[in-house]
Amino acid sequence: MFDRVPPERTMIEIRDVTRSYGAFKALDDASLAIREGEFFSLLGPSGCGKTTLLRMIAGFDQPTSGSIAIDGQPMDGIPANRRPTNMVFQSYAIFPHLNVEQNVAYGLKRLRLDAGEEKRRVEEALEQVSLTGLGRRGATELSGGQRQRVALARALVMRPKVLLLDEPLSALDKKLREQMQIELRRLQQAVGITFILVTHDQYEALAMSDRIAVMFNGRIAQVASPKDIYQRPVTRQVADFLGGMNFVAAEIVEESGATLTVDTLGFGRVKAEKPPAFLRKGTSATLGIRPERLRVLWDEERFDFEVAGTVVERHYFGEVTHLIVDIPGLEKPLSVIETNDFGADDIPVGAAIRLAYDPEALVALAD
Amino acid sequence: MTAAADQSQPLVSGRKSKSGLLRTEIMQGLALISPTFLYAFILLVLPIVVVLAHSFWTQHYLTVDRTFTLANYRAALGEPMYRDLLWRSLRISLVVSGLTVFFAYPIAYYISFYGGRRKGLWLFLITIPFWTSYLLRIMSWKVILGYNGVLNSALMGLGILHEPSPALLYNSSAVVITLTHAWAAFAVLPIFVALEKVDRTLIEAAADLGDGPLRAFLRVTLPLSVPGIVSALLIVMIPTVGDFVTPKLVGGKDGMMIANAIQVQFGRAANWPLGAALSVTTMIVVSLMAGAAVFLIRTVARLAR
Repeated sequence: MFDRVPPERTMIEIRDVTRSYGAFKALDDASLAIREGEFFSLLGPSGCGKTTLLRMIAGFDQPTSGSIAIDGQPMDGIPANRRPTNMVFQSYAIFPHLNVEQNVAYGLKRLRLDAGEEKRRVEEALEQVSLTGLGRRGATELSGGQRQRVALARALVMRPKVLLLDEPLSALDKKLREQMQIELRRLQQAVGITFILVTHDQYEALAMSDRIAVMFNGRIAQVASPKDIYQRPVTRQVADFLGGMNFVAAEIVEESGATLTVDTLGFGRVKAEKPPAFLRKGTSATLGIRPERLRVLWDEERFDFEVAGTVVERHYFGEVTHLIVDIPGLEKPLSVIETNDFGADDIPVGAAIRLAYDPEALVALAD
Repeated sequence: MTAAADQSQPLVSGRKSKSGLLRTEIMQGLALISPTFLYAFILLVLPIVVVLAHSFWTQHYLTVDRTFTLANYRAALGEPMYRDLLWRSLRISLVVSGLTVFFAYPIAYYISFYGGRRKGLWLFLITIPFWTSYLLRIMSWKVILGYNGVLNSALMGLGILHEPSPALLYNSSAVVITLTHAWAAFAVLPIFVALEKVDRTLIEAAADLGDGPLRAFLRVTLPLSVPGIVSALLIVMIPTVGDFVTPKLVGGKDGMMIANAIQVQFGRAANWPLGAALSVTTMIVVSLMAGAAVFLIRTVARLAR
């Protein structure tokens, strides 16, 4: 599958934005450039500042310092109703006294389009979110998924430059959520509008985005493509937040330019790329390796890079098995995810096994 | 499991027969509702039945003739004096409830949207005037509106009037002013409750879709607070029609209302049947007016979308 290359024009420029509530900084000196037509996600745990940042882009909140520009226009002091953005609220905020059609047409009324044009645009928006024929349905007679679609149609019908989505899928059940992830991504590709999604669900961000900004405690920790965020996390926190990660203590042997050479127990001497935020503290460092990048070696199979250990726990998950493998010399046992096609689910606890790894999969992490 | 339970039921009850079981259940139910039922019956239904019955009877000095007659209703509906009084009462209560809601809405809006953590305190402060007797509050309006009252003195002091105006007190405007003040708190509360229930995200959504603060208010907040407006209107309208203390004290000759006539029939005139017929007529007319008002507001709210 080929990644669509987003055009390189900046749609939103966030420069040194801070938002303080008294002594508490909800957002601390954040800078970010979001490109036109990009599906961009703000990912982080609750209270990390992602929603604050989204609300400041929408105009519901003002930065304490710093500036936000949308499509080259500075947004200082411009209220929400005069910004080229539209929002899908977490609670959907469907007007309960209006039906589906009236909800979708809400923002169009002010544009004073002629009746036919307005109707056409409403129909088009309803079709985009697969709600054709439900226009007369009352707002209170909708399911959660339908409410979400109405909220989406109501925002899309305005043809905004930027569509803001505040945890839009968090209220849906798992199956519907996964279906909507695919639909939202498809819709974004079709309309070509810049989407900014706020989420705390790493899989949602990975599955839908062109790029992701991971945030912790009001600060942006890393901005990169889903693949880079997952495979090359720059800090221990980012690595830990996005899926499972085995942390391995290491001793620095050599630091030259962007490369670290380290010694580890179990994995031996490894060269790893130095993350930009890396601050050397003495000679110790942390390496990380994803559980699925470790592979069980069977019988006489040999690999250039192996570690040997003992299975201490086994957890069966249907399509995969999680093995917890104790490696002599390592502080914590390694977690390994193995697909069940070769019988990983039959490995008994206490078995001595060997694990293969790709040295490329070992990444150096800043604290 | 359910099947087993279904089968075991008759086995356990055995011969005690279903009707016996049913009777105890009915008895239990009746026993449970009887205190409330009796309370409502004695204090609400019985008085209305007594009034209704009287309205079809005739009074001869000290005895009551219990033969059915419509003469009282003929008098209540036919005599110009009663018709005028009824119309005036309806007009005054309509104006009072309208004004009360008009003045109460901004207060309720302010408390709900800008009250912050002091909402409770604000509501408490609004109720403070109502700690004094209703009569005292009417009397203080007499002090304000009277010939030598506060308002006349102030207007003269400002040079707007050269001599005290007698037009402020003892007319229907004085009744309207006094009643509007008296019922303010009762209108603030239902509107406040309705505004509290308006999801603030909806107002943000309206702004997000391009509405300025005024348009967002007219298109979202106001329609969603209609239930509060309707209940405030009814809470004020229905009792003010039947008020007789206020018109008696500040109304003068022009401010008399239907309840004053009813009071006279039950009191000095000692014609209970006519008083009863006037009461029943008023009740019916007020119900019709309240229904019409609710219908009108709902229709306007629907059309405004």
